[in-house]
Amino acid sequence: MAATGFLLRSHLQDLLDALVAVGYRCVGPQVRDGAVCYDTLREAADLPWGWRDAQNPGTYRLRQTGGAYAFAWANGPQGLKPLLFAPRELLQTSIRAPDGGLRFAAPVASVGAMAVVGVRACDLAALRLLDQHFIGGFVPDPHYAARRADLFLIAVHCSHPAATCFCVSTGDGPRAEQGFDLALGETEAGFVVFAGSAAGAGLAERLPLRPAQAAEEAFVDAALADAVKAQTRSLPSRDLRAGLFGNLRHPRWEAVASRCLSCGNCTAVCPTCFCHGEGEEVAADGASSARYRQWDSCFTQEHSAIHGMVIRADTRQRYRQWLTHKLGSWHGQYGRSGCVGCGRCITWCPVGIDITEEAAAVCAGTP
Amino acid sequence: MDTRLRVAVHKFSSCDGCQLAFLNSGADLLRLMPRVEFVHFAEAGFIAPDAPVDVAFVEGSISTPQDVERIERVRANSRYLVAIGACATAGGLQALRNDADAAAWMAAVYPRPAEIGALPVSSAIASHVPVDEEVWGCPVNEWQLLHVLQARIFGVRPAIENDKVCLECKRRQAVCVLVAQGAPCMGPVTHTGCGALCPRVRRACYACYGPAENPNAQALAARFAQLGLAPAAIARRFLSINNAAPVFHEAGIVWRERHDDHA
Repeated sequence: MAATGFLLRSHLQDLLDALVAVGYRCVGPQVRDGAVCYDTLREAADLPWGWRDAQNPGTYRLRQTGGAYAFAWANGPQGLKPLLFAPRELLQTSIRAPDGGLRFAAPVASVGAMAVVGVRACDLAALRLLDQHFIGGFVPDPHYAARRADLFLIAVHCSHPAATCFCVSTGDGPRAEQGFDLALGETEAGFVVFAGSAAGAGLAERLPLRPAQAAEEAFVDAALADAVKAQTRSLPSRDLRAGLFGNLRHPRWEAVASRCLSCGNCTAVCPTCFCHGEGEEVAADGASSARYRQWDSCFTQEHSAIHGMVIRADTRQRYRQWLTHKLGSWHGQYGRSGCVGCGRCITWCPVGIDITEEAAAVCAGTP
Repeated sequence: MDTRLRVAVHKFSSCDGCQLAFLNSGADLLRLMPRVEFVHFAEAGFIAPDAPVDVAFVEGSISTPQDVERIERVRANSRYLVAIGACATAGGLQALRNDADAAAWMAAVYPRPAEIGALPVSSAIASHVPVDEEVWGCPVNEWQLLHVLQARIFGVRPAIENDKVCLECKRRQAVCVLVAQGAPCMGPVTHTGCGALCPRVRRACYACYGPAENPNAQALAARFAQLGLAPAAIARRFLSINNAAPVFHEAGIVWRERHDDHA
């Protein structure tokens, strides 16, 4: 992809201002409570300038290096998922009418246009999967669709993968190849800008870009090549159905269950896990009721509870459900694995269980 | 005919903080009043401890010989009995004496310990009489109590979430204090209900709401050890508010014994 131009570091604020001028609320990475998190971004100065991360199984730490870069870190706990698939939201209300009947309403919250700055390739891949799930089927989800419709994505080529990252092996990174409006490659002086859509090209015209120099583009390419080499973990991107479903009684499931807390953190930080539960909240006087949906996880009891029984009562069954679905039956459902190699489930597992190790152990010996 | 649900709120060995949730629920409590009659609720001024009721909310642990007799009467007078709070569901903080030299503690605190008529152990309501519903928490919250009351009015089973605190933490997009700080957070083994109160202010969960379903306490304790917590400190994480809940008790005792072995 040819560069559209070069944006000097001192002009990064112009990008945010241009987005606001055409009606977007900007959301971008900022340091909060010891992690890089997405929040409303008004000032380019609030980006994580100089911050670096160290991620290992079950451990995440940030440190300020005083360096010149804004994006020299690998993803924090959030992907695009919380911004599009709300952790908890109202689906429907019912009100008891004076005539004794019930009146139903299904409001869709108006969220406005949102621009997200700093999206990595793995999360763009995850977004394609979420799109397939939420709006690609027969009945599009109106809540997801409303947020997705006016989304402007500014990707960043990922130059500093964490030790837990393995997007190279899943084919999803570190270079942002598709699905963005603009992509940035960070250098010492600023950003090589790539337009990925008509909207992105239109916005680029509003920016004080100068032509990108060959050396600047080469620097971005070299950083990406280094990012590829830096990744040590890997997951076979091939269809693992045979290996997983052919080994449902593998002793490894029992071994991982002895360490697993069944807490659901892996699924909550996973940028593609979409399971949810629904519940009814009845007003104290019984005159109205609100139906909510909220994030659920295959690691909860409720997730597999049907009338009179819980199908997956123990952790062995729950972990196996997660892995066989994510890396196995996703292929049948969505045409690819549900894993984009972001490594969040490894970092944010409180006991540091490594999906790449578990999958390799279960599938070892299966061609 | 008065069709209101007759309700009693009883207190055993406890701090009164759980029943306070009824009064703290303010306007929502008033909205329920056309359907509810509080027959006995001392904190609110209604006194009729031996009146028969549809629903009895029982706060506190069984800690004295008098408690044992009284809970039998409460059970006999109640169609549906709800144990509320850590004391009533797990014996409470005061159950720490179950594993301690209670006589020595008593002598250290009271000038005339012989006059204290305490049982050797503090125990949960369900250890003494059948309990229809348990609501965990230290203290329980307004929503839980009103939800249980409302479920009785509508004649349905209460639907109290039993996820772990972690899931609520993530729904609220709080940063994990265990992973990002190495804090000994009890969230991964603890029943949800508090709204992830402590992690949201960067504190490790204290397990106020007791063990979650399917908890792996030993794996979490082993992780605390990897994070550098000493065995005695690990034991204290589990032997706290809900120390007598079996899964916490078992994990806590294992690590306390490891401490004793090294001491």
